[in-house]
Amino acid sequence: MGISKRFAKSPDLAARIALKLGAGTPPVVVHALDRVNLRVMQGEVVGLVGESGCGKSTLGRVAVGLHAPSSGDRRWKGNVIAPDDLPTRLAIQMIFQDPYASLNPRLRIADIIGEAPVAHKLIAPADQEAYVADLMQQVGLDATLMRRFPHQFSGGQRARIGIARALAVKPEFLVCDEAVAALDVSIQAQVLNLFIALREKLGLTYLFISHDLGVVQHISDRVVIMYLGRVVESAPTEEVFRAPLHPYTQALLAEVPRLDQRRKDFVAIKGEIPSPIHPPSGCHFHPRCPHATERCRAEAPPLIEAGPGRVVACHLHSAAQNAS
Amino acid sequence: MRPVLEVSGLSTHFFTRAGVVKAVEDVSFALNAGEILGLVGESGSGKSMTGYSIMGLIDPPGKVVAGSIRLKGEELIGYDEARWQKIRGNRIAMIFQDPMMTLNPVLRIDTQMLEAVLAHHDVPREEALRRSREAMVKVGIPSPDERLLAYPHQFSGGMRQRVAIAIALLNKPDVIIADEPTTALDVTIQGQILFEMQKLCRESGTALIWITHDLSVIAGLADKVAVMYAGRIVETGTVDEVLDCSRHPYTRGLMCSVPACNPRGQPLKQIPGMTPSLLSLGAECAFRERCARATAQCDTMPAIGQDAHAVRCHHPLGAPT
Repeated sequence: MGISKRFAKSPDLAARIALKLGAGTPPVVVHALDRVNLRVMQGEVVGLVGESGCGKSTLGRVAVGLHAPSSGDRRWKGNVIAPDDLPTRLAIQMIFQDPYASLNPRLRIADIIGEAPVAHKLIAPADQEAYVADLMQQVGLDATLMRRFPHQFSGGQRARIGIARALAVKPEFLVCDEAVAALDVSIQAQVLNLFIALREKLGLTYLFISHDLGVVQHISDRVVIMYLGRVVESAPTEEVFRAPLHPYTQALLAEVPRLDQRRKDFVAIKGEIPSPIHPPSGCHFHPRCPHATERCRAEAPPLIEAGPGRVVACHLHSAAQNAS
Repeated sequence: MRPVLEVSGLSTHFFTRAGVVKAVEDVSFALNAGEILGLVGESGSGKSMTGYSIMGLIDPPGKVVAGSIRLKGEELIGYDEARWQKIRGNRIAMIFQDPMMTLNPVLRIDTQMLEAVLAHHDVPREEALRRSREAMVKVGIPSPDERLLAYPHQFSGGMRQRVAIAIALLNKPDVIIADEPTTALDVTIQGQILFEMQKLCRESGTALIWITHDLSVIAGLADKVAVMYAGRIVETGTVDEVLDCSRHPYTRGLMCSVPACNPRGQPLKQIPGMTPSLLSLGAECAFRERCARATAQCDTMPAIGQDAHAVRCHHPLGAPT
């Protein structure tokens, strides 16, 4: 097809981001990600959705290179990324969740934003001030504030500083890990608008990690839904919100509070999110799934094609496909 | 019918070294039995402080400087600490945002629940235990006998919040104040908690004040809404009135900044600027700097109307066209 460039591809990215807890005791292995594949095309915005503990942040951190995968590999434009590949490392940047914790409180804004491009010799130290001023304008901050410290800024301004810092090394790909979750609604709208404007202006690609389906629906072209370390569904945004295929996606969409629903009768999805230390056998969602069968308990469903650009991991759909 | 809770002209100020912070200013509302009021606002709007004021939990340098809080006609302002203790947890209960912080990590759940019952009622231990068990069942905790003997760390976040709700329910309060109780929870768990709360209010006739920043939760849950901005209520009415025909420019702006109300991929309609510091509020309308409709008249703070759907604005918006 037309699009052939592969972008941050991680095939069979897998199995174990083993976090070893405690010394001396038998190691507890958390399967934060279990054979996850994620492909992002150039210029695309992919929304990664899931509840806490589903591995979405871990996947984001692996994509940036903050964690090494226990197995599987990361590819950038078709080539496996070597550990010392500096240009690729600069091309993929991350924006962190907490605008309070992710800025060094003892550095001035000019240094927070300007340190990395100077260290990587993208600009001469003498040009730092002009470069930072330009970046601050791009993200909607007053450049005269660059001598200030992070505590002198509000939450929305700090989010903008985090974005300017990520943009300073001229990345092509941004991983935004819950970048707007800590902000108030009116500020969140301002920052989301900034993301949309920057994408158009700089041709950026985003991996947008969020638990907020409204935000993801608004900003992404494609949505990937994760549950307990596995991808359960991936599809173009409109398709997912129009006709979700996986029972978990259906439940998730039904639970999202909406402005147009009044005095709704809430129906509870039964059960809780199981611990990733002892995930259920077979399909991870089966203890909470209304359609679960014997097969779901025994066998993990593979991701199967369910339409153009759409995959889903559910036995219901593989059964339907075999029958037809 | 007389309202269960009547708050009128409530003002809570904090006397800090930097000046007087008017956290809550002239807040009035009334709540009937079984009714759910959604108190909405962004951070720093005074919504939590309103809740704390009603619970009598304002510590120095804060002080309730004016207004009245009537619980079934009984005036609570001016009560001393001993009388507040008879009210708190008994007739008005509160559920806090973070279920990790509200339960004592070194005490078993049964100890914490018994304490809440025995503090207010002179009943035998067995009776208190029976009530605790009943409350656990009501909030949908499976195998309550076992769970009563567990410690808080053995519960998940959603279950801990259920325990906090069960403790709030123990003494069958007239009013429950819930301060963002589902903000820290996942969507599916939030759905479960909303389901339980809605059922409980309908069944027991407890009035509920649900404090949140999330308009869409309010839309599905509440009967009435009060929108707060910079310490004041700027608009109040039934859910349908406020959300469908918002008249205050701030409420309308807030509704328009929710991503679901905008076409996908298009820029969101945003409110310019940011919330003013509560230290430097002058005599003018607090929203003036961010408002597209502001005129010279907005130099004075508008009064809030007396209608059921009231708005604090000199130039309210009409019905949407």
